[in-house]
This record gives sequence, structure tokens and C-alpha cells, in this order.
Amino acid sequence: MAAEPAVERDPTEEVMEIQMGPSHPATHGTIKFNLKLDGEEVLACDTEVGYLHRGFEKMIEQGTWTQAIPYTDRLNYVSPLINNVGFILAVERLCEIEAPPRCQHIRVIMSEISRITDHLTCLGMAASEIGAMTVGFLMNEAREFLWDIVEAVTGARVTVSYTRIGGVTRDLPPDFDARLAEAFKHLDALIADCDKLVTRNRIFLDRMEGIGLISAEEAVSYGLTGPLLRASGVDYDVRKAYPYSGYENFDFEVPLGDKGDNYDRFLVRFNELEQSLRIIDQAMKTMPDGPVRIDDARYVLPAKHEVYNSIEGLMNHFKLVMEGAKVPAGEVYQAVEGANGEVGFFVVSDGSGRPYRCRVRPPCFLGMAALEEMVRGHMVADIIPTFGMINMIGGECDR
Amino acid sequence: MNGEDLLAKVRAVGGDLVVESGIEHDHPVVVIERDGALGFFRSLRQDSELDFDMLTDVTAVDYLGRTPRFDVVYQFTSLPKNHRLRVKIRVPEDDVRVHTLCGIWKSANWLEREAWDMLGVHFDGHPDLRRILLYEEFVGHPLRKDYPVDKRQPLTEERDPIVQDWKF
Repeated sequence: MAAEPAVERDPTEEVMEIQMGPSHPATHGTIKFNLKLDGEEVLACDTEVGYLHRGFEKMIEQGTWTQAIPYTDRLNYVSPLINNVGFILAVERLCEIEAPPRCQHIRVIMSEISRITDHLTCLGMAASEIGAMTVGFLMNEAREFLWDIVEAVTGARVTVSYTRIGGVTRDLPPDFDARLAEAFKHLDALIADCDKLVTRNRIFLDRMEGIGLISAEEAVSYGLTGPLLRASGVDYDVRKAYPYSGYENFDFEVPLGDKGDNYDRFLVRFNELEQSLRIIDQAMKTMPDGPVRIDDARYVLPAKHEVYNSIEGLMNHFKLVMEGAKVPAGEVYQAVEGANGEVGFFVVSDGSGRPYRCRVRPPCFLGMAALEEMVRGHMVADIIPTFGMINMIGGECDR
Repeated sequence: MNGEDLLAKVRAVGGDLVVESGIEHDHPVVVIERDGALGFFRSLRQDSELDFDMLTDVTAVDYLGRTPRFDVVYQFTSLPKNHRLRVKIRVPEDDVRVHTLCGIWKSANWLEREAWDMLGVHFDGHPDLRRILLYEEFVGHPLRKDYPVDKRQPLTEERDPIVQDWKF
């Protein structure tokens, strides 16, 4: 192929091979598509992932269980709190402990705030990539209000590391209610604007409707979960099927699509915003009082006044920091509903104080595996909204 | 179906293949023999009571020093029946291979490629067993316990992206 001089070939008669990426301006995230094209039609698409591989699973094996929490922030860095919760639930299941009710409520609220930030990122980016720049900016603005709240609660916008074995690092700030109400006021207005701008916009519909189709049966076979699966009409949500942190006590709906195209994925995510707001509202109304950590010297650091004033406290602190919490031997698969689908943590402990193995089941990795199925037969330009709706987050896909 | 009923059903389907079964932290787990496992997996998919329509995850765990050394771990989910199952196959160090499940669940394709890339588990009959997260010239399988965490990789030749960096 390379030996032949280019001028002697007739480009209209042959299959064109194009490499799109790894740093393409229209794809957010480093990824490469090796495409075979007939004109503008995609015949085959070999997707190369792994550009953001940092050896997450190997690194976790090097430290203590608590030291693994910051790494989980860097999986899906648009909704880091959900990963924190998922990992810590797996560890707590190994330890056979349960966080106090107030802590569980806080985890639910923070997970749902993260789900909203993730969906806003996904929808805003996807819209701006196909020309609706305004929606991108509005959604970024809406997201900013939520990240201010996340910062007020955890001390960081993205690298939150908020959960601990048996609890969370600190309680909600005293003015949390007021902050939340203020943020939601702005959020509601911005989301309503976005709704008016795109959901019934002819140009937007033409780019999204009927593109990236996948049937319910195929979607299940490809292991798709979350909005991708629900857009195909399959009612599966980990929060409903295998409830954790008290999700069974909240009243919310699981939005479904019927065709399984990009527009359905957009609508499912858009409607989930509203459901997440409903869950936060209920959780705030039923928020119990009490501690945010369990009182268990095996796993939880003692209070500072105990560390400075008693030998038991000091020894406990030293042991937990230097050797790590001794999580009992065993293995657990714990799944949580991440913004992109089922985030599963398969953790194996040998009882030594360090994780023996921690496997993350990344939802968007499987979404990328199904990308070829979705774009085959469509145009090159259709890869962009399809990729946007899969919402590949490099940190989670490549780990 | 609760965990015990599920395990009883899986044992009935698997017969002699099932060497161990139990419930660990509320999760049904079975360990099966490698030879003949493909038929067992097919019946997990086809049996109307089990109906495991989703292969959620494939990975492996390296128990260095144990014989057999590796566990290949499959997580299954049944969406219609709302139950989960973990299946493990123990494979020895000198013959780290199992049969692919690509013909039954499509998610197996990439998940098995990752298990090959990271732990060097060979999946017989896989249509496209290439590395997925790492690059082709990478030496070794980093999630094995005898792979040092600070190991350096050799520099690779620069590839001509037009002619080489390419596979269909």
C-alpha cells in the first residue's frame, strides 16, 4: 500500500483507512479509532483504548486500604464520589461493618450530586461537539454550582477522597441546606434553558435520532449498563436491583428509552437529572442525626484528643497509619450505579492490611467495546455524538 | 431464587464439573473444572431458570506460591431473574489457558483481552487476542505478582503510523 505512488490510485474506488485520534479535537479523551471508510460511511472501526492507563490496579496493591481511596477519585474523575462509595462499600462488606444511618444518607446525597455533575458534563460536551455551544456553556455553569458544594463538603472539587472505612471524613457543613437550595435554584433554571435549546431542536434531532442504534439484546450481550442499556429499553439499575446505602428507601423512577439511539441516551440522562434531584430532596428531608463514622478501633482513626492524651489512642493511630486496617481475608464483588453504569469493585483481601487484588469493572470500557456495533454503517461525523453519549472517561476506561 | 437455591441449581446443571460451591458475603460462588467448562457456561446462558444473560466481568487473580497458581474469575448477572453468580476456574502456572466465551457473550471479547494483557491468561479460540490497555511491545503481564512494580520497559522502535500501526 505504501509503495504505490498516491497519484496513480483512484481514491473513490478503494476503501479508505483513516486513523482518527489519539488526540482529535472533537473527541474529549485520548482515544484512537482506526477506521475503514467507504466514502463517508464507516465499514469497520477498531477502537484503541489505553492511552490513560496508569496501572490503577497494580498501584492499589502497594499501599494500605485507606491509601487506595485517593486512587479511586481518579477513576471516573467527573463523578469521583461514586467511586469512593463503591470501593468503600466493598471494603465494608469484607469487614462486615455498616456505616451509620447519617453517613449513608450523606453518601447517597453526594453520589447523586456526582451523578448530576457527570450527566451535565456528558450532555454539555456532546451538545457542544455537534454545534450547540451554548448548551455546553450553560451546563458547565450549572456544574460549577454543584462543584462549589462538593468543595464545601469535601475540601476539593475533583480529588475528593471523601469516604473512609466505616464512614466519611467529615460531616456536612452547617449551611449545607442553604447552599443546596441556592444551587438548585440556579440549576433548575439552567436545565430548563438547555431543555428548550436542544431537546426539540431540529438540527440536534437530525444528528442524534436513529444514530448509534443498538438493540436491547445486543446491549445486554455487550455488557452495557447504565444509561446506555436503559436507552435500549432494559430496566436495570443497580440502585433498584441490588440496593446499597439505603437506596431502597427512596422513591425514584428509572427513565427508559425504547429505540436505543443517541437521542434516547440523551433523554435518559436528561431525565435522570430530575430523578437525582428528587433523591437528594428526600434524603435531605429524612436526614437522621448522629455520627458520620462508626466507633470501631479496628478500622476508624481515633479522635485527635485521644491520640494526644491517651496511650491507647496513640497506639491505635500509629497502627492504623503504619500498618493499615486489617481487613479480614475474603473476596467481595460490590457494584454501585455509577453515572455511566455499573461500577463494580472485585476486591480480594489476604488479611495482611493491604489489598491483595482490586479489580474495577469499568462501565465505559464495555461501552467502547460496543462502539463499532453502534457506528457501523453510519457516517464518520456520527462517531462524535455516539462517542459523546457513551461518555468515555479515560480514567475509568483505561484505569 | 435465593443464594442456596441458585447454588443447588448450578450444581445440578454443572454435575461433576463443580468442585466447590458456597456463599461468600451474600454472593454465590462456584469453582469449576477447566475441562468441559464451555458447556457449563453455555447452560448458564441457556437454562431458563438461571438465565445469565450478562457476563459482567472477567478477570484473574494471581495467587503466587499456590498450586494451581491462577484463579480466572467470571461475574455473571441475570437481568430477568435478578441474581448474580461468581464462577472461578483454577489454572496452573505452566498452562495458563481457558476457553473463550466470545461465542456466548459479546462482552467477553474486550474483557478477555484485558485479562490477557494484564495477567497473561490465554483464551483459546478468542478471535482477536491482542493487548488492549498496553502496547504490543510491552514485555510481561503487569498484574502478575512476580512483576516488580518499578520494572522498566525497553524502548521500542518508532513505528511508521501509516504502514505499521494498524490492524484489521
